[in-house]
Amino acid sequence: MPIDIDIAHVAQLARIALGPDEEELYRSQLGVILDHAARVQAADTDGVPPTAHPLPMVNAFREDIVRPGLSHSDALHQAPDAHDGYFRVPPALDVE
Amino acid sequence: MNLVDLTIADARRMLQQGETTAVELLEAVVDRASLTEADLHAYLTIDHDGAARAARQADERRAAGDDDPLLGIPVAVKDNMTTIGVPTTASSKVLDGYLPPYDATVVKRLKAAGAVIVGKTNLDEFAMGSSTENSAYGPTRNPYDSSRVPGGSSGGSAAAVAAGSALGSYGSDTGGSIRQPAAFCGLVGMKPTYGLVSRYGLIAFASSLDQIGPFGRTVDDAALLLDAVSGHDPRDATSYSGETPKVADADGGAGGLRVGVVRELSSQGIDDSVADAFSRTVDRLSDAGANVVEVSVPAADLALSAYYLIAPAECSANLARFDGVRYGLRVEGDTVESMMSATRSDGFGPEVTRRVLLGTYALSAGYYDAFYGQAQRVRTMIIREFESAYGRADVLVSPTTPTTAFEFGAKTADPLSMYMSDVCTIPSNLAGHPSASVPIGVDEQGLPIGFQIMAPALEERLLFRVMRAVEAVAEPVPRPTFAEVAT
Repeated sequence: MPIDIDIAHVAQLARIALGPDEEELYRSQLGVILDHAARVQAADTDGVPPTAHPLPMVNAFREDIVRPGLSHSDALHQAPDAHDGYFRVPPALDVE
Repeated sequence: MNLVDLTIADARRMLQQGETTAVELLEAVVDRASLTEADLHAYLTIDHDGAARAARQADERRAAGDDDPLLGIPVAVKDNMTTIGVPTTASSKVLDGYLPPYDATVVKRLKAAGAVIVGKTNLDEFAMGSSTENSAYGPTRNPYDSSRVPGGSSGGSAAAVAAGSALGSYGSDTGGSIRQPAAFCGLVGMKPTYGLVSRYGLIAFASSLDQIGPFGRTVDDAALLLDAVSGHDPRDATSYSGETPKVADADGGAGGLRVGVVRELSSQGIDDSVADAFSRTVDRLSDAGANVVEVSVPAADLALSAYYLIAPAECSANLARFDGVRYGLRVEGDTVESMMSATRSDGFGPEVTRRVLLGTYALSAGYYDAFYGQAQRVRTMIIREFESAYGRADVLVSPTTPTTAFEFGAKTADPLSMYMSDVCTIPSNLAGHPSASVPIGVDEQGLPIGFQIMAPALEERLLFRVMRAVEAVAEPVPRPTFAEVAT
């Protein structure tokens, strides 16, 4: 079952800029890996529930105690660009 | 004997008897690193100042009567665990120069135990790979043969302990990233039950699979290293909150144990030298009193395929955080979206890009159930079959890897062939069960061979009992030699 992947769309969703050569490379490599994964799709899993987590644990609560978190300056310390106590980014223009 | 060749257990005895100091042990491993690093490149960062301070403090603590098992022992930590003020890159260009504001829980516990953290070891970028060739800072080489890979993704942690630039180390294992390099470098490597060791501060790859675990030269050493870091952590919501199985004294021999050889992981596609060493070890376990049975886990054949949907899907979500906003690399752009796309394009290497794209595709609208959902159902099938196999055997065994250490570049052109080197180790990650590799000899080229032991969830004491039984019957694996060593 050949899988047709719209690699440009996937790259856009993943926020990774790809050149034309890279698009072709990843399209073909993903195709090979997904062909292999087709074996999973062929498995008979009727009535089998999915496992999201290997140990059956739910609602891991801790004591409701106020503790110090990261300080403002520690949180901003590694930011590529910060201003007035905020992370700064380029404009989020709607390009449509 | 050079101090760097000591087991942790022996180094501890010498420390207790005043025959050496933490400062001397640190000097010895740093000297060894200065001899071997140009070739092996096990470390990304050696924290000379921090380690020297920790060694002095360890000697002071010992003088004051402290005798914690790891007090003064020089250990290495994979560079995907955060360390306050010490660069933490996960071998990615996107985190070049990143200085974390907090310690991973494992690091915090090691410091509290008085261990001396020598430095941060090399890995495949974000732990994605099986050879350490995917590091943005260059590969690590195998101490037994520098034309070969050390395995991966925790290749630096394995190479450091094999070479003597640390006495023990920690890695992370998502699909075999501790056990496979342990097998390739002649070490004991162990992946605990999912949730036994806190993931707080471990830079996430695939959150439902990742576990931190130890590398040691002996089972005793791996036990000391595991016990120092295991146990509940309220900062990790997936951390196991029941009683922690401690393994330092887990022993009892092979007598009466039911050992199940997993047919699907032990026959097809396994190199002769590995298969032969595996069979000889199984025979010796039988001679030592174990009851050997063959068990079948048919869904194990699907494990690799399920893994390569689940792990990329989870990684694509986890790696969304590397966007050039809060830390790490930023490549400028006119809009926030072009800035993010350019940052991620420049910051991620090819394997990470491939897996993020694969995961994004598998999770995208219309495909989620066919790929991720179906893989999670196959995961359930694998868990059920393992549970049924554990009705017939106390532990399951297989070779750790289909081959011994392969040469550089042998598998880089074909991602699927690289993925195949994890075929024996992946099922334990999907099941969340504990699993270990113990060295059982060398092939005709002198390259180490690993024996994998799998146990039911939280049966770490049983696992370590069998690891000790395997170690007791294994053929010797000589330490690697370094021509210019002259001390």
